[in-house]
Amino acid sequence: MSRQTLIDLIYLFSATTFIVALKGLGSPKHARRGNLVAAFGMLVAIVATFFNYVDGHALRHVWLILLAMFIGAVIAVPTARFVKMTAMPQLVAIFNGVGGGAASLVSITEFIHIKSSHPATYVILEVLLGVLIGTVSFAGSAVAFAKLQELMTGRPVTYPGQQLINGIVGLAALTLIVTILVTASTSLLWVLLALAFILGVIFVLPIGGADVPVLISLLNAFTGLAVAASGFTLGSNLLIVAGTLVGASGILLTRLMSKAMGRSLSNVLFSAFGSVVTASGATTRDDGRSVRSGTPEDIAIMLGFSSRVVIIPGYGLAVAQGQHVLRELADLLESRGIEVFYAIHPVAGRMPGHMNVLLAEANVPYEQLLEMDEANSELATADVALVVGANDTVNPAATDDPSSPIYGMPIIHADLAENVVFLKRSMRPGFAGIENDLLYNPKTTLVFGDAKDTLTKMVAAVKAN
Amino acid sequence: MHNVILQYVTVLILTAFVGTEIIAKVPSILHTPLMSGSNAIHGVILVGSMLILGGATTNLQEVLGFLAVILATLNVVGGFVVTDRMLEMFKPRAAKPKEKPGDEVSQ
Repeated sequence: MSRQTLIDLIYLFSATTFIVALKGLGSPKHARRGNLVAAFGMLVAIVATFFNYVDGHALRHVWLILLAMFIGAVIAVPTARFVKMTAMPQLVAIFNGVGGGAASLVSITEFIHIKSSHPATYVILEVLLGVLIGTVSFAGSAVAFAKLQELMTGRPVTYPGQQLINGIVGLAALTLIVTILVTASTSLLWVLLALAFILGVIFVLPIGGADVPVLISLLNAFTGLAVAASGFTLGSNLLIVAGTLVGASGILLTRLMSKAMGRSLSNVLFSAFGSVVTASGATTRDDGRSVRSGTPEDIAIMLGFSSRVVIIPGYGLAVAQGQHVLRELADLLESRGIEVFYAIHPVAGRMPGHMNVLLAEANVPYEQLLEMDEANSELATADVALVVGANDTVNPAATDDPSSPIYGMPIIHADLAENVVFLKRSMRPGFAGIENDLLYNPKTTLVFGDAKDTLTKMVAAVKAN
Repeated sequence: MHNVILQYVTVLILTAFVGTEIIAKVPSILHTPLMSGSNAIHGVILVGSMLILGGATTNLQEVLGFLAVILATLNVVGGFVVTDRMLEMFKPRAAKPKEKPGDEVSQ
């Protein structure tokens, strides 16, 4: 068996591990093992690559490759290890973005490399698609990172004629691709690179708020496709399989995510969701309706007299880092014979499934976590629905008000419970920027303040009773 | 030459179906780890980056290849570590009922 055949077989093995891994990631039982399987497959492929030939030569610059890998690993490991769990979405965004950037660089370099040998048109097309998609993913992920990290406004950024301008830039990029196909000009490639960068930025600008995670999932799929395009250029089945796998599953995942919010993907991407509503929400609802507020001690007494409590956590809980105190409160209530459940909305937090991760971090028992449908049937018999730092996911406008932008989104029906308690920092609307009528409901009590402080006070008050 | 491209397109199309098929029934709680895990998998561009830098003959190619390897390593290493950290938190919940089988009966 020749060396090349052996390496190709190893690559085939790696490609297979990626498929097995992706399958494993889809089941709670095998998810972690799935990830390790993929990591192992990746390691094997990387080691094999050191023995690969390029253009009939052994790999050059081996020390340079090792140095670059060392630099990358030294930055990546501590970042991935020590960034807070609440910052997970932006971390995924940035790791995705650099992947897109790498795919783009690979395509550019390959273009420079093969240009002198007058490659076939389809080869140049693959290169250009790799550059375009990879760069859009890179620039888009960078903006998504800035939005989530609050380096810039998280709300949609809109301006007149935005769709038209985006369309023109997109069209210009396509025209440029055709031109380069004909002329094979390197200088035009740099123009395409710049244009793709601009396209990535302006494509992402009007997407804000709760839609950013869906966007990251789409950009993740883009990077996959860019990698597949590089695979065509380099003639690597491994890259084609891995890239296409991520591209295809990523697009499906993106659709599943927007479906969990009750919206279509095109609505998520192009409607600048939440930007207009913020303005109208502030003015039209200022009709002097009153809310009832209470102290943590009031709520502690209310909880003490309940037999069934459903906790509805949201991103506010994570921001306040209150998940540990919340679990303490729940344990305390349980020890008094009160049934406690957590109702988890699929998009609670900043990413689908984000809240499960955060609660698992606080060692909340798995059996107490209810998915939305289960939770809604439990809520009808609950004495208290305790909403901690959530807002949009319990907003009845999603079922009652056809004019609301979140109309149609499945929600947790906190309003079914006997009493509703909101722990909120202020009357400000939630992530989607929409007023919540439930706050004005007569059975609702509001406790203002930092969720962690309030919960700590409640724990003390429950203990004292 | 065209046979090669045809073979690649075949792989592409079949893989696209596999990719959509195997994640079709993923529960929503695993959406985030799945996104993060597939993010790590496209870090396989590191293999491409290594080949690019390993075949570089001009300074420009070396610089671009060097950058590509750094970025791809960030993607691969960061991606797997973050995903593992996320999934680590799912572990105690799955393990608990096994450790105390009597607990569930008494409740």
